[in-house]
Amino acid sequence: MLAFLIRRVFQAVIVMLTVAFISFSLFRFVGDPISTMVGQDATIADRQAMARELGLDQPFIVQFWRFIAKAVQGEFGISYRVGRPVMDLIQERLPATLELAFCAAIFALVFGIFFGVYTALRRDSWLTKVVMTVSLIGVSLPTFLIGIGLIYLFSVELKWLPSFGRGETVKIGGWTTGFLTESGLKSLILPTITLGLFQMTLIMRLVRSEMLEVLRTDYIKFARARGLSDRAVHFGHALKNTLIPVITIMGIKLGALVAFAIITETVFQWPGVGFLFISSVQSVDVPMMASYLLLVALFFVIVNLTVDLAYFAVDPRLRISAVATRG
Amino acid sequence: MTDQPVLARPTLRQRLADFWDSDIAWSFRHTPLAIIAALVVLLIFTAALIGPWLAPQNPFDPGSLNLMDGKTPPMTPNAFTSNSFLLGTDDQGRDIFSTILYGSRVSIFVGFAAVSLALAIGVTLGLLAGYRGGWVDSLIMRIADIQLTFPSILVALMIFGLFKGLFPVGSHNDLAVPVLVIAIGLSDWPQYARTVRSVTMVERNKDYVSAARIIGQHPVRIMARHVLPNVLGPVLVIGTLGLALAIIAEATLSYLGVGVPPTQPSLGTLIRVGQEYVASGEWWILLFPSLTLLSLALSVNILGDWLRDALNPRLR
Repeated sequence: MLAFLIRRVFQAVIVMLTVAFISFSLFRFVGDPISTMVGQDATIADRQAMARELGLDQPFIVQFWRFIAKAVQGEFGISYRVGRPVMDLIQERLPATLELAFCAAIFALVFGIFFGVYTALRRDSWLTKVVMTVSLIGVSLPTFLIGIGLIYLFSVELKWLPSFGRGETVKIGGWTTGFLTESGLKSLILPTITLGLFQMTLIMRLVRSEMLEVLRTDYIKFARARGLSDRAVHFGHALKNTLIPVITIMGIKLGALVAFAIITETVFQWPGVGFLFISSVQSVDVPMMASYLLLVALFFVIVNLTVDLAYFAVDPRLRISAVATRG
Repeated sequence: MTDQPVLARPTLRQRLADFWDSDIAWSFRHTPLAIIAALVVLLIFTAALIGPWLAPQNPFDPGSLNLMDGKTPPMTPNAFTSNSFLLGTDDQGRDIFSTILYGSRVSIFVGFAAVSLALAIGVTLGLLAGYRGGWVDSLIMRIADIQLTFPSILVALMIFGLFKGLFPVGSHNDLAVPVLVIAIGLSDWPQYARTVRSVTMVERNKDYVSAARIIGQHPVRIMARHVLPNVLGPVLVIGTLGLALAIIAEATLSYLGVGVPPTQPSLGTLIRVGQEYVASGEWWILLFPSLTLLSLALSVNILGDWLRDALNPRLR
């Protein structure tokens, strides 16, 4: 267990250092930071003074070390585009993205498990066939087309739901939430479906195939032979055992939701960090790009680490094989 | 006496007949969905290929545009000029049918080029990792693992941003297409490398590889001439599915406004532009490019799925 933990943490640190190195290279080699800060017509003496002040005359390794030390303290410099500290901008936008990703995850989980169980139990019903066909089409469609389609149907034609923005938000401390107003909740619906649909189909297919497999096992037959009700067999015995892989996949996909939010946020002009990132890529706002990259990497690494450990704790077979192969 | 050849070279007719009888052709003939998908793909590819000769106008030559033609609905004569357009026009008076022909060219080109790049990198590294094993294998697969942690669209965006920063502003429009190809290609290689590696590890221990090694062939030659042809089946499958993904990735990046420049729009750019006009009722500017992208991505996907089932007898 301890060896596994150390391995994973070590791997996570390597990933973070690699990403930090890429971000730092962005800072160091993309554009000329001195020209950006002192202007084009500064004298050579001015530039040298500036370089000394910024620590740019130091060896590469020293500069990299300082970059990491600053990043750990949450200092990423000033956005070239907006002229404000990057960390402030991200903090303002983060609640919007996290609320959206959270809703999408819940949506994907609830509907994915529901449809997965349904299609596994009622294999020949017409609804199963419809759901399976729609999910096949859903997987091969680009996310943004789904979003535009929803906007066209529910905002332009039916005029039920807003097509862009977060609606009214309430500020609680440093966190703005759209959960507390009617327009905020209404604005969440379409982006949530857009973002969660792909993950929902993945979970649905996973639950379905796991469920079909479990229903064939001996202990289910035995449970039926004991005369337990269908309900007890399906939900008490079968579903429980299908959920282990679902938790794992969901954990990994939750990280992906934050990244895919870039597309959904652009479609719905959702004021989150993804939207911020796209604007920064368009205008080559290096500090902004570098810090977004680090932030997302951190998020992914933490999620993956948690999932690995959770899986390890939940499934005893893994512990045995890990001991057998890795020693 | 004339020498009788031991084996007559099969004629073209014979080869075609053999192909017609092969498993894969049989499976194709008996999968209506695959036939429809192949026809759609063929239609869009051909239209894109001969697009400039097929299009009624060159939509990106300002001289051929008439602003008075702007926002003409499909198949209805324009109120001022009484010109009629098959799929209508956008706000600049561009014929939507022509923009789709030009746009699919860009989309399909970027898709193919990106998949080729990803294949070249992925297959080479996968062969190397699977055949050599040891630290080469660990190193390549670790890099692939790290990259696979991040969704490929994010990796592509980062690479795109990096290139944009490295080159002077003036060259951005000319470099956009190659940079896009590199960004999507580099973001997709790990899955090819993984598949090729796992197949290579199985092939490596077979007798024909040992035989090639014993007669003293160079490892590079063994990999290229003996192992490579045997890993091509799975590569073909993920390559086809990868083409759909690459086309979608390109459309997504262009839709996000970081892909191809507006002077050389792809389907994604057209959809991005079209979205602005949906609320005001000009639905055709958005609908037709979306439908093209949709049928293209869906058909390539269906073909890939069919190919996977056809090449894998265990699934039947």
